[in-house]
Amino acid sequence: MEERELRALVDRVKAGTLSRRRFVRMMVGLGLTAPMAAQMLASAGVVEAQAKWTFNPTKRGGGGLVKTLWWQAPTLLNPHFANGTKDQDACRIFYEPLASYDPDGNVIPVLAAETPSLQNGGVAKDGMSVTWKLKKNVVWHDGKPFTADDVVFNWEYVMDPATAAVTIGPYRDVVRIDKLDSHTVKIVFKSPAPFWAAPFCGAATGVIIPKHLFQAYKGDKSREAPNNLKPVGTGPYKFVDFKPGDIVRGEINPNYHVPNRPFFDQVEMKGGGDAVGAARAVIQTGEYDFAWNLQVEDEILKRLEQGGKGHADIVPGGNIEHIQVNTTDPWTEVDGERASAKTKHPILSDPAVRQALNLLVDRGSIQEEIYGRTGIATANFLNAPSRFVSKNTKWEFNVEKANQILEAAGCKRGSDGVRAKDGKKLKFLYQTSINPLRQKTQQIVKQACAKAGIELELKSVTANVFFASDPANPDTYSHFYADLQMYTTTMTQPDPQRFMDQFTSWEVSGKDNKFALTNKTRWRNEEYDRLWKAAESEMDPVKRAALFVKMNDLVIQNVVVIPVVLRPGVSGVSNRMRDVVQSGWDSNFWALAYWSKT
Amino acid sequence: MSKYFLRRTLILIPVLFGISAILFTILVMAPGDPFEELATNPNVPPEVRMNLRAKFGLDDPLPVRYARWVASMVRGDWGFSFVSRVNVDTLILQRLPTTLIVLGSAQLLAILVAVPIGTYSALRPYSIFDQIATTLAFIGFSLPTFFTGLLFILLLSIHLDWLPFIYRSDISATGWRWYWEHVRQAIMPVAVLGLAQAASMTRFMRAAVLDVIRLDYVNTARAKGLSEGVTLVKHVVRNALIPVVTLVAIQIPTIFGGAIVTEQIFRVPGIGSLLITSILANDTPVVMAVTFIFSVLVLLSSLAADMLYAWLDPRISYR
Repeated sequence: MEERELRALVDRVKAGTLSRRRFVRMMVGLGLTAPMAAQMLASAGVVEAQAKWTFNPTKRGGGGLVKTLWWQAPTLLNPHFANGTKDQDACRIFYEPLASYDPDGNVIPVLAAETPSLQNGGVAKDGMSVTWKLKKNVVWHDGKPFTADDVVFNWEYVMDPATAAVTIGPYRDVVRIDKLDSHTVKIVFKSPAPFWAAPFCGAATGVIIPKHLFQAYKGDKSREAPNNLKPVGTGPYKFVDFKPGDIVRGEINPNYHVPNRPFFDQVEMKGGGDAVGAARAVIQTGEYDFAWNLQVEDEILKRLEQGGKGHADIVPGGNIEHIQVNTTDPWTEVDGERASAKTKHPILSDPAVRQALNLLVDRGSIQEEIYGRTGIATANFLNAPSRFVSKNTKWEFNVEKANQILEAAGCKRGSDGVRAKDGKKLKFLYQTSINPLRQKTQQIVKQACAKAGIELELKSVTANVFFASDPANPDTYSHFYADLQMYTTTMTQPDPQRFMDQFTSWEVSGKDNKFALTNKTRWRNEEYDRLWKAAESEMDPVKRAALFVKMNDLVIQNVVVIPVVLRPGVSGVSNRMRDVVQSGWDSNFWALAYWSKT
Repeated sequence: MSKYFLRRTLILIPVLFGISAILFTILVMAPGDPFEELATNPNVPPEVRMNLRAKFGLDDPLPVRYARWVASMVRGDWGFSFVSRVNVDTLILQRLPTTLIVLGSAQLLAILVAVPIGTYSALRPYSIFDQIATTLAFIGFSLPTFFTGLLFILLLSIHLDWLPFIYRSDISATGWRWYWEHVRQAIMPVAVLGLAQAASMTRFMRAAVLDVIRLDYVNTARAKGLSEGVTLVKHVVRNALIPVVTLVAIQIPTIFGGAIVTEQIFRVPGIGSLLITSILANDTPVVMAVTFIFSVLVLLSSLAADMLYAWLDPRISYR
């Protein structure tokens, strides 16, 4: 079906001549998934019904204590200093953003009165600004009203370099924020912003702290603010107690701005220990109600689930375990730098060798034997939200075909069975971090490659070193002093713009930028750069999705990376809990106010 | 004696400087970065990380960083954690009571178990009781605490479902229930630590009593017509305790070491688990402070053991 025809159909739904359900059914008939069809409608401005909760209480509270377990303990409670998701989650108990991202990446208003859109005039036609109407009658836990001033203040707070806020990412694209009235703000962007829902949305960067308690602690004094450890927010729970690295406790906010919510009277977030122990406490013994990020082998999870007290909740997202193929030469030093962008890999620059490698990664077995429910084989680098997923790719495991390709490319087998091209042996160094799942994957790939006459040398580095940002350490993933390397890239926003910048030419990681930039493979492609720039300012959602699909296809066709498995999030949830809806795009606690228990 | 004490205390100062210099160098040279998580997060621009490193002085050369650390330490400023941006002394003080309660009870349990069993074994050497006690003691100190900890969890929490295996520092119950909950959750960590301690202490106690019981004054006491109980308590155990007391003093740092592992397994929020998480997060100021406290403890307890010797045995004198 052509883009034009699709558009006509969407318009008919908008006009009301075609029912929503019929549209979705037609799309499913065309081989699209139902959520994808819903996404198309949503992105074209057809408003979707709000998320439905199975339990709708008629009064607030009465649920007692909800006990949650994070095997990495939260260390601080100022969302703008959060070191990782553990801190973001802890902050989200007390603080809220203007809007959250639901599991499909939709923008769900929280402190906003409604989601801005092109249709209601919230989003400017040229994409240069977005206007948020704030919910009225929201009060901070200390009784002061929440107003537009708080929103403006958060931007100023984050933008002050002396504050050293880690949430600065989406705010750098903002030129100014106008306070239109006490409950309306207009965010003006530097350039058209198709993903206008980046600032002030989601738990990672969007939560809002009160101006009246933090304005004296902006910039250099930010560390001294007493409320860094005693949050006063707008959220469903008020702060009770916090011990860094151990426990966070909250009690019900009697003035919460959503009627009849939350259900639980107290919340407790305990940290520390290990993932298996956490899984056991929720799934097997039922001592706790919820556990975060269970990085545990699926086999163990299944065994624990037999107890019947809880289950593993698989949360789809965009995180992808992939193998990067170096485009530069890691074995020659140029200007005091290995894998310099000025070099070309002697063997891997041959597209045939790359194609062969792509055929030698047995994703099916890796999913089945190693990851189970926690890793889904995929051919794409960009896998979510569904409207950005390419249908043009497919993965294949075929040693025979790989052999043929290599043979045709002139890589002849030597006496030891290893192929060589122009006298250079097909021997590659394949590195990753130490993690049992990754070592098993390395083995599977190595065995398949051996059958095709490619010898892989395996290297594993402790995660602490591999993911460190120390520019002097040659073993990190950002140096990439190897031919192949494997790790998971996380996709934290429901919009792929930031995620896809890791293949742009201006992000090439190297010595001059202390290996801090995101393009680790150092692949450069003019067409890709052009597509990325076009997507950055394309306001038509359908066209923009097509641009990202094309970007993904370029990366896959050129075998810049070999996607292995999608890594969905895994949480442990007690079987008695209800409405513990998890979103791959937002904090585990994004819907905490709606959780309940039988 | 007081002169000796003064001299020993003064020697501590250069020793502590030496220890801190070595610790600091190793920590700084170790690979890793406190802002590692930010590095893998595509939402955080690299400048933020660079800015943080510069702000917290991570990019300065090692001697400068060490001098700065010493200067503030001398003024009583322990610095602040890179990860939680909280002052280090606050963090440690928050966790110290839990560690002291767990370690103290473990030590108490060890003494309560080891002294009677060791004594009784020595009174009836090679009896069945002694054989069993010896076997158990050997099992006890050949099993590492992380293993016994997991065994306890499997048996008592998962199979029998008697005890919780997650330690909570704040329990909302009041009155007797509060005490009961605390005792219940402390049973396993205390037992794991205490029994490991008791194992070696039993052997020590047994040897000490065996040494003493043969001595002439014990026979004299019996000949005087003192009852067996009085002889045992007043003349045998009391004298046999001298080496055991020093052993306890010297072992205190070792217990702290064991506590690190046990605290991690049972999620006890003490300084041991603080040390582990800080090491994993490359949080240099916290790691420095905790290891520094540990080294002070080692030095002080060896000094205390020396002093105790002189106190308990007048034949030893220091000059």
